[in-house]
Amino acid sequence: MSTDTQLDLWEVFIQSRPGSHYTHAGSVHASDNQMALQNARDIYTRRNEGTSIWVVPAKYVSASNAEDAGMFFDPSNDKMYRHPTFYVMPEGAKQI
Amino acid sequence: MDAIAIENAFQEKIDKDLNIEPKDQMPEKYRLHLIRQISQHAHSEVIGMQPEGNWITRAPSLRSKQILLAKIQDEGGHGLYLYSAAETLGISREEMIEQLHSGKAKYSNIFNYPSLNWADIGAIGWLVDGAAIVNQVSLQRTSYGPYARAMVRICKEESFHQRQGYEIMANMMKGTNEQKAMAQDAMNRWWWPSLMMFGPHDSDSPNSGNAFKWKIKRQSNDVLRQRFIDKTVQQAEVIGLSIPDKDLKWNEEKQCYDHGEINWEEFNQVINGNGPCNKQRMAHHIKYHNEGAWVREAAAAYQKHINELN
Amino acid sequence: MTKQEALYQYLLQLGDNALIQSHRLSEWCSKGPILEEDLALTNIALDYIGRAQNLLHYAGEVEGKGQSADQLAYRRPEHQYYNNLIAEMPKGDFAFTIAKQLLISTYELLLYTELCHSKDETLAGIAGKAIKEVRYHWTHSRDWCYRLGKGTVLSNELLQQAVNDLWMYTGEQFEMGAEEELMLKEVIGCDNKALQNKWLEMVETVLSDSNIKIPTATYNQSGGRKGIHTENMGHILSEMQYLQRAYPEAIW
Repeated sequence: MSTDTQLDLWEVFIQSRPGSHYTHAGSVHASDNQMALQNARDIYTRRNEGTSIWVVPAKYVSASNAEDAGMFFDPSNDKMYRHPTFYVMPEGAKQI
Repeated sequence: MDAIAIENAFQEKIDKDLNIEPKDQMPEKYRLHLIRQISQHAHSEVIGMQPEGNWITRAPSLRSKQILLAKIQDEGGHGLYLYSAAETLGISREEMIEQLHSGKAKYSNIFNYPSLNWADIGAIGWLVDGAAIVNQVSLQRTSYGPYARAMVRICKEESFHQRQGYEIMANMMKGTNEQKAMAQDAMNRWWWPSLMMFGPHDSDSPNSGNAFKWKIKRQSNDVLRQRFIDKTVQQAEVIGLSIPDKDLKWNEEKQCYDHGEINWEEFNQVINGNGPCNKQRMAHHIKYHNEGAWVREAAAAYQKHINELN
Repeated sequence: MTKQEALYQYLLQLGDNALIQSHRLSEWCSKGPILEEDLALTNIALDYIGRAQNLLHYAGEVEGKGQSADQLAYRRPEHQYYNNLIAEMPKGDFAFTIAKQLLISTYELLLYTELCHSKDETLAGIAGKAIKEVRYHWTHSRDWCYRLGKGTVLSNELLQQAVNDLWMYTGEQFEMGAEEELMLKEVIGCDNKALQNKWLEMVETVLSDSNIKIPTATYNQSGGRKGIHTENMGHILSEMQYLQRAYPEAIW
């Protein structure tokens, strides 16, 4: 068997401004974490898109199943009491 | 769920214009269609680096060299985004490269034409990327999420490509007689192959049925080709280039340009391997892929070594 | 030699090193061992072109004869280019490019750190931008040295061979010509000689961490700074200057 390889798959998360969330930008191939970081830098921040990068081996990312979407997400539909707009405030109360 | 139920649920989603994501159930034929199309698209970006790369060390100014290098780098990046999108469908990049080398996977015909003078770099940016953009803008709404997202990113980055190509052409048309002749020569050679990039006429397009039903493809070959012609003719006129088509004329009634017939014989010849650069492009890719094998093996071996230490 | 002449010469040396190194790196386009690395190498090439542009533009200003960066880059005869010979070595295989980049970047790291404090503000400004790029180039080549040196038997051999072949061109980086002595005196330029020990220490550390032996050969070839090049240079220029020379009237 050939030992040739396109190296491992990594998922790349970029923070576009200090303080903001890291968002998924795409993937790169790399053999180690330093290479993954450098490749992510060379591929996903060529136009000033980033101030910080996370890379994660794709094999360690678990995704929810589409079939589970119902049981995962629908039960939170009817829990409006988690949102501030659910509550009735007395007329005239300020800064609440 | 049985296959029919899966297909029905899938089609219902498509009909509601919802994106399909990697873990969603999808018909096997949809998956295979996407792998074929996305990998072909990725290979096109990567093979497309060659005709432009041909001029990097001869670019006539520091600015033009920078622009060209950055542009080719983008093409490589786009290939990479697309390989990643295809990988979410359960095919590895190794397999895709193997399919390219064995001839099972294709790439865009346009890159089987040679880049012969500096104006070709202008023509590739303006015409070839211009044609590609028309297609890619349409694909931003394709049904498969990772493919659509790759397209959004690609369209954003591509926006400078066409402009830089047009700028080269415009500058050469303002230059010496020799430069003008180069620009027109490039126009003459790249115009028709650019029109062929949109593929066969709708009436002869074998893969379109399912592609429309599944909303992989959103607009037909002829519609997209017409859009490209209509916007490009005016751009050519502004800088004084003539379009090498004696049948091209404005159709007042249809409010678009009529054009001459494309040489489909040539198109089919090139698809089947008989173009000016088919063998050269593939030999280049295989050569450098093979030459890189020891580097990839070394990187993998080093990582294994590090893992063993930890 | 006046101060102005020395500065012009000094800027050409720095600019030519960047120009010729960018040319060699750009030859990697579509030839990288993996797509990601193709982009990485062209990114480095782009840094060098930008630096060449800044330095040659400034050289033209200092000379005061209205020469643009492009005229300096594309219209000089071979013996008026002053880059170090190491820059013009052929692209070679990936190990050769990585070894070359490490040997050059280590020097540039030390050089541009010094030039950030140049009394010439324009040069200090260019150095301030360059030093960030160089740090990345150095890190990139260092990490690849580890991978190749400790990867497989073959990759170790190829990297060792590359280091051996390049070694005789490294000493030139530390020479001091008359213009450099003058620039040093004016606190514009840097004492190359003083960088050599630190350079050797840094290179030795990376290479020994990569299981690569430091060559024992002591012969050094130089000449680039005086405009006497290797046979490679004429071929580089015949490609690079092709359009500018073939169509001298044209503006691109």
